[in-house]
Amino acid sequence: MSELVLQDVSVRFGGLKAVDGLSLSLNPGEILGLIGPNGAGKTTVFNLITGVYRPTGGQITYQGRSLLKMLPHQIVRSGIVRTFQNIRLFKAMTALENVLAGRHSRTRVGVVGALLRTRVQRQEEQESVARAEEILRFLGLHDKRHELAGNLPYGLQRRLEIARALATEPKTLLLDEPAAGMNPQESRELMDLIETILERGVNILLVEHDMGVIMGISHRIVVLDSGRKIAEGKPAEIQSDPRVIEAYLGGMSAGGAARQPEG
Amino acid sequence: MRKELVKFAVVMLWAFGLLFPMLGAQIGFETFTFEWSRLVRVMGFVAVAYGALAAQRAVSAHRKRGHRDPGPGLAERVPPLWGWGILAAVALAFPWFADNYARDVAINVLIYVALGLGLNIVVGLAGLLDLGYIAFYAVGAYTYALLNTHFGVPFWLALPIGCVISAGAGAFIGYPTLKMRGDYLAIVTLGFGEIIRIVLNNWDRVTEGPNGILGIKAPGLYYPKLTEAGLTLGHVYLKNLTCLYYIALVIAVVTIIGVYRLDHSRVGRAWVSIREDETAAELTGIDTLRMKLLAYMLGAIFAGLAGAFYAAKVRYVNPSSFVFLESALVLCIVVLGGMGSIPGIILAAAAIIVLPEVFRDLELYRMLAFGGAMTLMMVYRPEGLIPARRRRLELHAREAFAEEEGNA
Ligand SMILES: Nc1ncnc2c1ncn2[C@@H]1O[C@H](COP(=O)(O)OP(=O)(O)OP(=O)(O)O)[C@@H](O)[C@H]1O
Ligand SMILES: [Mg+2]
Repeated sequence: MSELVLQDVSVRFGGLKAVDGLSLSLNPGEILGLIGPNGAGKTTVFNLITGVYRPTGGQITYQGRSLLKMLPHQIVRSGIVRTFQNIRLFKAMTALENVLAGRHSRTRVGVVGALLRTRVQRQEEQESVARAEEILRFLGLHDKRHELAGNLPYGLQRRLEIARALATEPKTLLLDEPAAGMNPQESRELMDLIETILERGVNILLVEHDMGVIMGISHRIVVLDSGRKIAEGKPAEIQSDPRVIEAYLGGMSAGGAARQPEG
Repeated sequence: MRKELVKFAVVMLWAFGLLFPMLGAQIGFETFTFEWSRLVRVMGFVAVAYGALAAQRAVSAHRKRGHRDPGPGLAERVPPLWGWGILAAVALAFPWFADNYARDVAINVLIYVALGLGLNIVVGLAGLLDLGYIAFYAVGAYTYALLNTHFGVPFWLALPIGCVISAGAGAFIGYPTLKMRGDYLAIVTLGFGEIIRIVLNNWDRVTEGPNGILGIKAPGLYYPKLTEAGLTLGHVYLKNLTCLYYIALVIAVVTIIGVYRLDHSRVGRAWVSIREDETAAELTGIDTLRMKLLAYMLGAIFAGLAGAFYAAKVRYVNPSSFVFLESALVLCIVVLGGMGSIPGIILAAAAIIVLPEVFRDLELYRMLAFGGAMTLMMVYRPEGLIPARRRRLELHAREAFAEEEGNA
């Protein structure tokens, strides 16, 4: 049961309440969209779930267990992994090495095995490479596997981030603006990809400014504004919710701003 | 053109000021003599060097305008297997063609190869700037010195003990720095390095303070011997430099293989990802604190090995062999060789140990020469002598990117 529950979660930075009494739940087999104007607190929610920040109040549980006492890498082991709004690949490593780094938490051979090149080590390494190549193939990156991550074009870097995340064998995937900077064609491919991942039994929390993407694949949507939840419901309900329209009109000046990726 | 001339004049003036003590001037209250020939030679050298640099700059500026391929590095021009084969043959045959002085220098090179590669784990792979690395070398050396002089522990047994104790020291020093980054880390490791040296200096009752520890035994060797009593074991101390050279060679080779294997393993990848982006590494499921601690411990182990050997070779240790300058020297080797590059570090260790021997007269200027060499390297070849593949690609990619931007 990959159920992620946030109960009345708050965090403040100095005087700013970046997230304020937020409750939401991500159910198994679900894509939950998380939207809101710039600075609404979406990335902060990701940071809270993945253990980067500690909430100043509230509770976060995953599969019935609290995440609050866990370190980020332990949270990854428990099955939640994320991508980053501003791409954070290991630039000087090849695509394959990036994905292999993602395998770290699912492999165990340590220093002694590496120094002695034991049978177990070689076997684990082989399996890891095979798994990584499979993931790279799944994301259409296989022929680029020996290229440095930093040299890949932007769209492929976004995909590689997803590949690295998938290598941790997650049950829950948090995607922070995966379509940022993509053209319509790439966005459509991305939507297919996200649905395939969902079919493999991974539920997804999706932050995205591209309304076409978010309305197209989310089962439910939560709308944040200034750290507070102002609406929740099916895409169609959200689209016609007056509070949401109000927040977006108030929160954004020009219409084009909605698509801009920012660091 | 005029600008170039002015620049040249400024450089010459600056060099004159800097090199003044080398120009053979004798200045007292009543005397003032000057060795003109020396002045001409030194300044001539500076002028030629400056000219060469200017020419190179002009050529590379010219080439930059056209399309450019970074070109293969030294590492690609020599086929790897051949390269290693030749290197091994030379290394094995070396002591038979050298005198004792050359053997001694070669042993030093091997020690610094081990040190450079050990520090490479911490700095080159994991990206943790450690300015107190020589402390672990000291721990290895003193471990063997104390065990041997007080308890008669032989070298070969002291090696693994030294490794364990160095690893412990690595963990002990590494632990409090785990949550620090960048500059803070550098300063704290610098401090810890000094603490160890100062402890060695002042803990008279155990370490004999600045007098150091005398009477350490060289590595021994048991061999079967036929006497009247039948087959017994004979024992010799391997004091001669040829034997010591081979022991150093084994230590260096073990280090090379060890570091290579670590680099190409799950642990090595975790280190590099921490160097690249620590937060992203942690959020990708890598236990960054544990991996950083491991990096410190492994770096310390290789330094400990080298240190124990050093004590056995010199048969005398004192704290002044483990000053900050030594840490800086090892760091130079890592940076000069190319962070994370094993062949580069071997070459850099050889260069940094051998060159000062060649230019013995310039002893006092050694540090100045280092500074100069490091600066030139950073300007002209920031990826090191033989760059690690990852870093070379990275830096040249950035260059290519900059050029594209420039054209756009
Ligand atoms: N570490 C921090 N320290 C101080 N303030 C922060 C920190 N992280 C986020 N904030 C603030 O919290 C608020 C929410 O930021 P957040 O990045 O979560 O917004 P977002 O919804 O992801 O916006 P965007 O659509 O621009 O990505 C912003 O006002 C931001 O400045
Ligand atoms: Mg954000």
